[in-house]
Amino acid sequence: MGLVLLVVIWLITLVSTYFFVAKTWWLPAGASAAAAGIDHHFTVSFYLMGFVFVAAQLALGYLVWKYREGGSSQKASYSHGNTTLEVVWTVLTTILFVGLNLASSSIWAAERFRAAEANAVHVEVTGMQFAWYFRYPGPDGKFGLTKPELEDASAGGEAALGLDTHDPASKDDVVSGVMVVPVNREVEVILRAHDVIHSFFVPQMRFKQDAVPGLAIHMHFTPIQTGEYEIACAELCGLGHYKMHGMLKVVSQEEFDKWLAAREAEKQ
Amino acid sequence: MATHESAAHASHVHAAPQGFIRKWVFSLDHKVIGLQYYFLALAAVFVGMFLSLLMRIHLIWPTATLPFFGEIKPETYLSLLTMHGTIMVFFVLTTAPQGGFGNYFLPIQIGAPDMAFPVLNMLSFWTTFLGFLVLLAAFVVTGGAPLHGWTGYAPLSALQSAGPGEGLGADLWITSIAIFCIGALMGALNFITTTLDMRAKGMTMMRMPLTVWAWFVTAILGLLAFGVLLSAGILLLMDRNLGTSFFVPLVTVNGQLTGHKGGSPLLWQHLFWFFGHPEVYIAILPAMGMCSQLLSVFSRKPIFGYKAMVYAIMAIGFLGFMVWGHHMFMSGMSPYTAFAFSIMTMGIGVPSAIKTFNWLGTLMRGRIRFTSPMLFAIGFVSLFVTGGISGPFLAQPVLDIYLHETYFVIAHFHLIMGVASIFGIFAATYYWFPKMFGRMMNEPLAKLHFWLTFVGAYAIFMPMHYYGMSAGLRRYSQSTEVAYILKLLPIQRFITIAAFITIASQFIFLFNLFWSMFKGAKASDNPWEATTLEWTTATPPPHDNFGGRTPVVKNGPYEYSVPGAPRDFVMQSDPEIKPKH
Amino acid sequence: MGTFSTTATINEPEISRDDRGTTPPIRDGGDYGTRLRRARLGLLVALVPVLMLFVSFTSAYVVRQGLPTLDPRTNNLIRDWIPVALPRLLLLNTFVLLVSSVSMELARRQIRARAVMETALGANGVSSGDPIRMPWLAMTFVLGLAFLFGQWTAWKQLAANGFYVSTTPSSSFVYLLTGAHAAHLLGGVVALLIASVAALLHRSLKTRSIIVDVTAWYWHFMAVLWIYIFGLMKFVS
Repeated sequence: MGLVLLVVIWLITLVSTYFFVAKTWWLPAGASAAAAGIDHHFTVSFYLMGFVFVAAQLALGYLVWKYREGGSSQKASYSHGNTTLEVVWTVLTTILFVGLNLASSSIWAAERFRAAEANAVHVEVTGMQFAWYFRYPGPDGKFGLTKPELEDASAGGEAALGLDTHDPASKDDVVSGVMVVPVNREVEVILRAHDVIHSFFVPQMRFKQDAVPGLAIHMHFTPIQTGEYEIACAELCGLGHYKMHGMLKVVSQEEFDKWLAAREAEKQ
Repeated sequence: MATHESAAHASHVHAAPQGFIRKWVFSLDHKVIGLQYYFLALAAVFVGMFLSLLMRIHLIWPTATLPFFGEIKPETYLSLLTMHGTIMVFFVLTTAPQGGFGNYFLPIQIGAPDMAFPVLNMLSFWTTFLGFLVLLAAFVVTGGAPLHGWTGYAPLSALQSAGPGEGLGADLWITSIAIFCIGALMGALNFITTTLDMRAKGMTMMRMPLTVWAWFVTAILGLLAFGVLLSAGILLLMDRNLGTSFFVPLVTVNGQLTGHKGGSPLLWQHLFWFFGHPEVYIAILPAMGMCSQLLSVFSRKPIFGYKAMVYAIMAIGFLGFMVWGHHMFMSGMSPYTAFAFSIMTMGIGVPSAIKTFNWLGTLMRGRIRFTSPMLFAIGFVSLFVTGGISGPFLAQPVLDIYLHETYFVIAHFHLIMGVASIFGIFAATYYWFPKMFGRMMNEPLAKLHFWLTFVGAYAIFMPMHYYGMSAGLRRYSQSTEVAYILKLLPIQRFITIAAFITIASQFIFLFNLFWSMFKGAKASDNPWEATTLEWTTATPPPHDNFGGRTPVVKNGPYEYSVPGAPRDFVMQSDPEIKPKH
Repeated sequence: MGTFSTTATINEPEISRDDRGTTPPIRDGGDYGTRLRRARLGLLVALVPVLMLFVSFTSAYVVRQGLPTLDPRTNNLIRDWIPVALPRLLLLNTFVLLVSSVSMELARRQIRARAVMETALGANGVSSGDPIRMPWLAMTFVLGLAFLFGQWTAWKQLAANGFYVSTTPSSSFVYLLTGAHAAHLLGGVVALLIASVAALLHRSLKTRSIIVDVTAWYWHFMAVLWIYIFGLMKFVS
């Protein structure tokens, strides 16, 4: 029985570790400035925790085989423990865990402790049951006011957001069902929600943030690769949660300017 | 007058109850109450497993029409998910290990004839039972069961119009949880008072078995946490039905203003997780105590580092109240606060690691007997390590940006709660069945159950890590709408097949359990040759646990293979041993 | 008088019991001292979740008070806490509750003295208390009901002034806090009723003394809790 346990535990450990090492199902390629640092930290974490995982499981399998009754050992050792060993492995574990965390803290600080850069592209992202809308401030650089009473989701676009057309700042706001941003420039998203909590998640950007009703949450990321990226809602928001997805299009600066200009022209 | 009083007092307390109702229904005997909790949890776990099976089927065949259920709509999937989580966390993981085995064995293991407050104990069970009925009622009312997840985030859970099932179903869900809180608090009261005030002579705190320590600290966690959950539930009921706005800001649902304004969805999260995090330690600590107990018994060796194990249990309990924010890294909480919570969270990994080292240390240089309880204890260690290792990933906010709300999280908490903790329940069942029912369970069937469940559980939950690393999101009723998630469907298929097999294997256990009650081989008083006090008394124990006598404790709980002792185990009430080193 | 002698906290595993162990469990016709100590320990433990409930309400109160919320009409964060004008009646109710605490304590000491006397003289001892016994227990019961009635009236006054449970966040909390307190105090009133009825049901003096003792400490806790709630609503605005 001890041998069977060893074999099964070792097999499970090695097979599952293989799939991690082989990256058979893995993070998609990163497409934001932060991705490299985050992915590096993933790698470090996987190595360190993977080592602990494999060591612990292999040790468990080995011990239950080696010290089986009827094996080489005839009498169990009467020991209540070893205080020195306790202290040593407690300290080592603490250093490992806390150290790992502190190592990642600089990335966290860089992403979250500072506000967006001055020349960032501002996009207001609004989640509602069950769609995303994206609003650009237009040439005046200001987002117009919205009024909940004016919301009309069936009409789409400005009406879905409840844009107050009496507010001069809202006249040039561009509302889109697709999020278009230029590559290599910081994007500041202002996350809002109309009804329940949603969450804006773009896996390749390594970016996720809840959109909370009653709050306007400012976050930023910098796409560094053009392409089309799916946006998935990452907070349970009702029966349509699984189909509340959007699209992020990262294009060249020229293309972005063209696209925005065309949309702004429609508002004249 | 006085004679009448004392006689009445004596007969009220001394004699074993007669009559079916007093003996089995409204029993005041902690052993009967423990069994009542256990069987409630057993019923609940089969309901919960069935719900998860329906979920697994829907995930791979979203448009299938099932016999009797018809088509499972997206909202139905979400209500299955909600009820699955609620039933499992509350009525299985907080019920069987603590209410079930804790009630049965805590008094006996400390040498007491019953819990401190038997009437309260009886009431705590029936309150919990009532809570379960109220929860199940949510399935049958108009609109059905709620779809907001076991975590019930507002405003989704606070607005009747936010989705199907968010009407009466959600009110019943909250009410059921509130009733459960009261039952759990009553139980915690009993556990703590009993442990502090009713230990037999010689049973110092540092001679208590680790199972008792685990039940004791778990009860303290419950005492502090369930009041907060109750408060959150009250506030949520008020928002839903009295028009208050604790959790709901100015929102519109389906274009309609709701009349609420100014509330904070994050307030719900803080209150819920202040309870929710200690709750997961409530779910795992008794299983840890059990594992420690069994590794020692079946390695014929004292537990490695008893004092460290005790301090680790306390540290886990204490730190468990300081880490709730790690469920909220992406919630809109301040990133500075997130950083603080993440450091504390890494800290709580340390006592868990210490326990794992000590379990390995117990096995080392032992003389291992591969009984079915021992297999489940060994399985527990493996599963706890696997589930625990994913914790440090999630604890780092930078990585949690990506992993939050993916299947990586589901893998993490299922391996620890949904499997390791369940292995603790299985291990305890196989171990204590002889003492409770006077018969042994069938060993070959038990071993078959172990292997199928151990391998099956890994087959279900290990792939979820890969699904999550690929950004596969949780609480998605189907994967058809998001292209990158649809590509991951083969993993879901594999998991569903594994789930079918593993769930089916649990019927082996169910059969073994009931068959052995009537047909199992008769058990001696101490078939495992263990040292703790429950093995010093008759099988099953008499009404007052020790047949009129009160044990006197001379030894610690893990005196195995003591050099110079006549047998390879010294019971706690045996004459004091002086090991010849 | 009996002191509360539990020794263990979770951070002090080594308690001094050693081979002295605990005293015999109740089943062996446990003595008055043990039963009283155990009941008091149980009450102390039971008060922890009650405390946690109100700590939780307090944190919600403080958070809500300071909470800015996004007003989509102006795109600005605004604070919308409007303090409630508390009815003066609450002051009278407070006074009533404090007096009831005094009468409760007197009831507790009165029955405890008799129980201790009985313990000393044995169960067959002649009851030697003075023939005139002040009905402190009944008085507490009446005052408790008066407090609850007073709270109900205060609610009606709030409503008359336009403050219902959902009017403003502050009014929600006023109803919540006073209501939760009143519900718990009602529990105490029921306990007093049980203590009074216990005599008619021929429960022993010792048992009744324990019921009254535990209820008394609960009652005092409720009084202190009320002072706290009142202070919170009045001064933390």
